[in-house]
Amino acid sequence: METVIFFLFAALAIGSGIVVVTHRSPIYATLSLVLTLFSMAVLFVLLGAPFVGVLQILVYAGAIVVLFLFVIMLLNVQKEEDAHVDRGVQLWIAILGALTFLGMFWLAFWRTGLRIGGPAPAPLTEDLVSLKGLATALFTDYLLPFEIVGLLLLVAVIGATVAARRPDSETVRPDDDYVGDHVIAEDPGAGPVLPREARS
Amino acid sequence: MSVPISWYLLLSAVLFAIGAIGALTRRNGISIFLSVELMLNAGNLTLIAYARQWNDHTGQLIVFFVMAVAAAEAAVGLALFIAIFRQRRTIDVNRLNLLQG
Repeated sequence: METVIFFLFAALAIGSGIVVVTHRSPIYATLSLVLTLFSMAVLFVLLGAPFVGVLQILVYAGAIVVLFLFVIMLLNVQKEEDAHVDRGVQLWIAILGALTFLGMFWLAFWRTGLRIGGPAPAPLTEDLVSLKGLATALFTDYLLPFEIVGLLLLVAVIGATVAARRPDSETVRPDDDYVGDHVIAEDPGAGPVLPREARS
Repeated sequence: MSVPISWYLLLSAVLFAIGAIGALTRRNGISIFLSVELMLNAGNLTLIAYARQWNDHTGQLIVFFVMAVAAAEAAVGLALFIAIFRQRRTIDVNRLNLLQG
C-alpha cells in the first residue's frame, strides 16, 4: 500500500514539476507547483513527518504560492516572448548542468551507503512522528536559530515593503531619513524635500 | 511494505535537476523563482528522507528553517520584481542587463 502511494505521488510530483518548468504561462506553472507541493506533502507524511507535511500545505501551497499568483496577476505577466537568444544551446547547457547536479547527488547518496533496492528502513518510531519531540528540540537545542529565523522574517518584511514601495514623494514621511534621489532628479528646482505638512 | 529511502533520494535528485533546468532556461523572472522553489522542495525531501533513515528529527527541524527562509526569499524577491517592473515594464531577465558590462 505504501509503495503504491509512493509511486503515485512521486509520478505526480515529477509530472507536475516538469509542467512547472516548461509551461509558458506563469499562472499555469504556479498552479502546477501547488500540485507538486501537495504531492511532496504526502511524501513527507509517508516519511513520518506529518507536521512538516501540514506546514508544507499551509505555508507553501497556502501562502507563498498565493503571493506568487498575486504578483503575477498584479504585473499582468504575459507569456514569454519569442526567443532572441539561441535557446538550443542554452537548453543543452542547462541539461548538462542538471545532469552534473544529478551526478553529484548520486555520489553523495552513494557515499552514505544507501542503495537502490536496499533494505526498507526500520519501522516508524513514536519519537520521530510525534510533535512533542520536534517541539522540544526546536525550543531547546535550536532556540537560537529559531529566534534568528524570526529576525530574518522581520528583516524580509521590512525589505519587501521598502523595495515594493511606490517611489512617490507622497510616501516620504516627515520623519523619514530616506530622500529618494528620483524626487530631486525629477524636480531639480524644488530644493530640499519638505515635510508633508509644509508641502501641502 | 515500506519503500526504501533511496527511492525518495532518487526522486528528490530528479526534482532538483528539473528545477535546475527550469532556473537555467526560463527567462521570465517569476518562472525562475518557481523553479528555485522546486529545487528548495527537493532539498527538503532529502532532509526528511534522511531524518526517517536515521530516526532523528533534526532533519525535520532544518526543513522548518528552510521553509521560513524560502518564505522570506519569495517575499523580498517578488517585491524586487515589482520594483523592477515599475522601472522597466518587463521582468524578462534577458532584458534586465543594467549590470552587464
